[in-house]
Amino acid sequence: MPESFTSAIATNRFGLGARPGELAAIGSDGRDWLRAQLLAGPPALGSPELRPSQQILSDAFELRREIQGARRAERFAGGGGGADQAAQNAALQQRLPQFLRPIYLTEATARFQQAVSTERPFVERLTQFWANHFAVSVDKQFLAGLAGSFEREAIRPHLLGDFADLLLAVETHPAMLLYLDNHLSVGPHSPAAQQLVRRQAQRRIGINENLAREILELHTLGVGGGYTQTDVTSFAEVITGWSIGGAEGGPLAGGAPGRFLFRPELHEPGAQVVLGRRYRDEGFAQGVAVLHDLARERATAHFIATKLARHFIADDPPPAAVERLADAFLRSDGNLPTVYRALIDAREAWAEPLAKYKTPSDYIVSSFRGLMLPVDAGRSPLAPFDLLGQRTWQPGSPAGWPDRSADWDGASALMKRIEWADAVGGRLGSHRDAVELAPALLGAHLTDATRAAVAHAASAAQAVTLLLAAPEFMRR
Amino acid sequence: MPMQRREFLSLTALAAGGALLTPRLVFAHADRRRPRFVLVILRGALDGLAAVPPCGDRDYAALRREFALRAPGEPGGALRLDGFYGLHPSLTFLEQCYAARELTVLHALASPYRERSHFDGQDVLENGSPKPHALQTGWLNRALSAAPGAGQREAGVALGQNVPLVMRGPAAVTSWSASRLSALDEDTLARITDLYAGDALLARRLADALAANAIASEDGGDSAMGGGAAQANGAAQANNARYTEVVRAAAGFLRQDDGPRVAVFDTTGWDTHANEGGAQGQLAGRLAALDAGLAALKQELGPTWSDTAVLLVTEFGRTAAVNGTRGTDHGTATVAFLVGGAVTGGRVIADWPGLSGRALYQGRDLSPTLDLRAVLKGVLGEHLAVPARALEQVVFPDSAAVKPLRGLLRT
Repeated sequence: MPESFTSAIATNRFGLGARPGELAAIGSDGRDWLRAQLLAGPPALGSPELRPSQQILSDAFELRREIQGARRAERFAGGGGGADQAAQNAALQQRLPQFLRPIYLTEATARFQQAVSTERPFVERLTQFWANHFAVSVDKQFLAGLAGSFEREAIRPHLLGDFADLLLAVETHPAMLLYLDNHLSVGPHSPAAQQLVRRQAQRRIGINENLAREILELHTLGVGGGYTQTDVTSFAEVITGWSIGGAEGGPLAGGAPGRFLFRPELHEPGAQVVLGRRYRDEGFAQGVAVLHDLARERATAHFIATKLARHFIADDPPPAAVERLADAFLRSDGNLPTVYRALIDAREAWAEPLAKYKTPSDYIVSSFRGLMLPVDAGRSPLAPFDLLGQRTWQPGSPAGWPDRSADWDGASALMKRIEWADAVGGRLGSHRDAVELAPALLGAHLTDATRAAVAHAASAAQAVTLLLAAPEFMRR
Repeated sequence: MPMQRREFLSLTALAAGGALLTPRLVFAHADRRRPRFVLVILRGALDGLAAVPPCGDRDYAALRREFALRAPGEPGGALRLDGFYGLHPSLTFLEQCYAARELTVLHALASPYRERSHFDGQDVLENGSPKPHALQTGWLNRALSAAPGAGQREAGVALGQNVPLVMRGPAAVTSWSASRLSALDEDTLARITDLYAGDALLARRLADALAANAIASEDGGDSAMGGGAAQANGAAQANNARYTEVVRAAAGFLRQDDGPRVAVFDTTGWDTHANEGGAQGQLAGRLAALDAGLAALKQELGPTWSDTAVLLVTEFGRTAAVNGTRGTDHGTATVAFLVGGAVTGGRVIADWPGLSGRALYQGRDLSPTLDLRAVLKGVLGEHLAVPARALEQVVFPDSAAVKPLRGLLRT
């Protein structure tokens, strides 16, 4: 591979697509440019309008209590009846989404803005990678208000540190506890369960194994990682009591609202065996100890290495490269920058240009960067994500968005990109010179065919459309 | 008298050997009854015991506690299927289909997958082999490749921007979703087509997209295909509007005489770990939207409904007992629905394993007694005339022991 390709690969595959001038500034070796991005501090996303999750969630809980109170009052009064009451109920129903939706829009727009303007695009891509590895989805109640602060509070501060710290921050964040239902999971022999049994309460008391399963399957070991259903159940009992302050009425009302809270009264007492290791009951520390060990498992190293290699090298990454990344993970005790440097050093990542098909998000962000489009907060700035089929923080499942070409290269999906590219070209008209931009954005990737098509376009608008529709702009 | 499908097939074989029928005549017969097949994937693991409650099972009520549906006939109770099984009260359209003998319920059924990962479970559900990630193509696509008349036209359409695994493979398929942007002018399109001449993947995708658009516009353009979605207020309404759009599009393709005869779409939201609800609540709302979507499909298909079979499947079931957060965790066996005018319905097919502690799989889940592949083989063989050999060797590898379930469709 000629040296000229390394800068093009660095900006397009490792970064988020070149901004005009970026390729020239990088010079001959894209690797140094990437390494330098790992040296500065965590990629914070700060703005006065972005509030901490604790405040958002505490307000949301308060609002839910008000709504429930209003419902009770209505029922007590016997209701005005008829259409009036139906309208009132509908209005009540809408209050929580009306509170959460603007938070989502502000957060997702800020993230989009950051991706478009950042000068450390490799680190921003890593942020998106980890947010997708530890995916939450805003189609679940409260998550629309929390997905952004989750990424800012649990992902960004730790992605240039150790995997174990990242893991603990993620699994104790209220967004993850709510998303995978752990905050209400109750140990069957916990004090709370015993009390309910004495009162002969009808409600079944027990665990919810959702979070425990997904930690093993999706966050650490991976699905073939050697755990059993018994491990899932035991681990779920270990993390009973990992909850949120002020979450529900009654016995769960206590604690600082919206903040992580370990509730000893829900915790299953006694030692547990997970993956053959015995963990004494030390309350919250029991779960921390399990996570600590999971973060250092060989299967975890291999799983993370595979996902990184799939994201940065190829859909089916070369096993040798995966092994080297897994080794770097194990030797450094999960120090992530060490793993990222092994990735940059991997010859395979530079061997085949344009091996990855862009996701819709990649496509949109690289278009905005390349054409210097403003992320216009006034008019729905997130519309392209909706249109091209990848709404921010809405993968719909804890597995996150898929990361292979076949998941994104559908016929209709391609048509949508082309139609969108056409609309962008139409909007920009002669405000951008695609002939000049093509080599500045694509560097060594630019083919003669695309260069000629852009040069011979019927209009400046059409030239922009052809640049965005070009095969080398569809891939990274 | 219309020719029976099996006779037709044997005549075709004869024709190939002895040239008794001209090919043209064969196609004329083939076109008289063009079977349509719709596959709906319910992603997230549908709770089969909630959708089709075994009201007659003596252990059912205790396991489901406050969410156990009352017996048919009682206020807020399940809808009546037979003396033993009920139907969730949200599924009113399916109840009508059952009464009209157009719905077959398959219960205590599972794919060969026995772990509890959604993602591997869906992979097995779609790839058609007993193992996750064993194949990069899907059983439905391989079935289409093996079906008579393969390769003549676009055989299938995925309603969505991308093609799900079940529909990926050698047979030509396309994907379609409503456009909210204006169409490109021909000159720009021609230039992009030229630009893709050296790129096999993009060239094929673009050609497929243009072909799908052509079919869609033949069908009366944007209005019939749901271009410009209804303005919806709440999330539930938005969900319903999306269903309606997808269903209309599917029907638009299937109604065409020379369009694809197989359509696939998927739905999400079935992973009910917490606050699942009973006769009302979260799952009830999802089921109601699904039921309304199916009703809309029948209406949109018009006379084509009588040639149609719709199969609804999910990756696995959920725990028999309610969990600690008023939901259910990942389980094993569940339910599937086969509905449509081509279905010999009005029955529940199940070898009921019971719900006692000893009968449950690993002490927690409904035990599987029916292999999903038996149902798929039956449907693909009888409805789409996929040869038995292909079903056994190519479509569902390593499945020789699983015999097709016969008599599911009017043939």
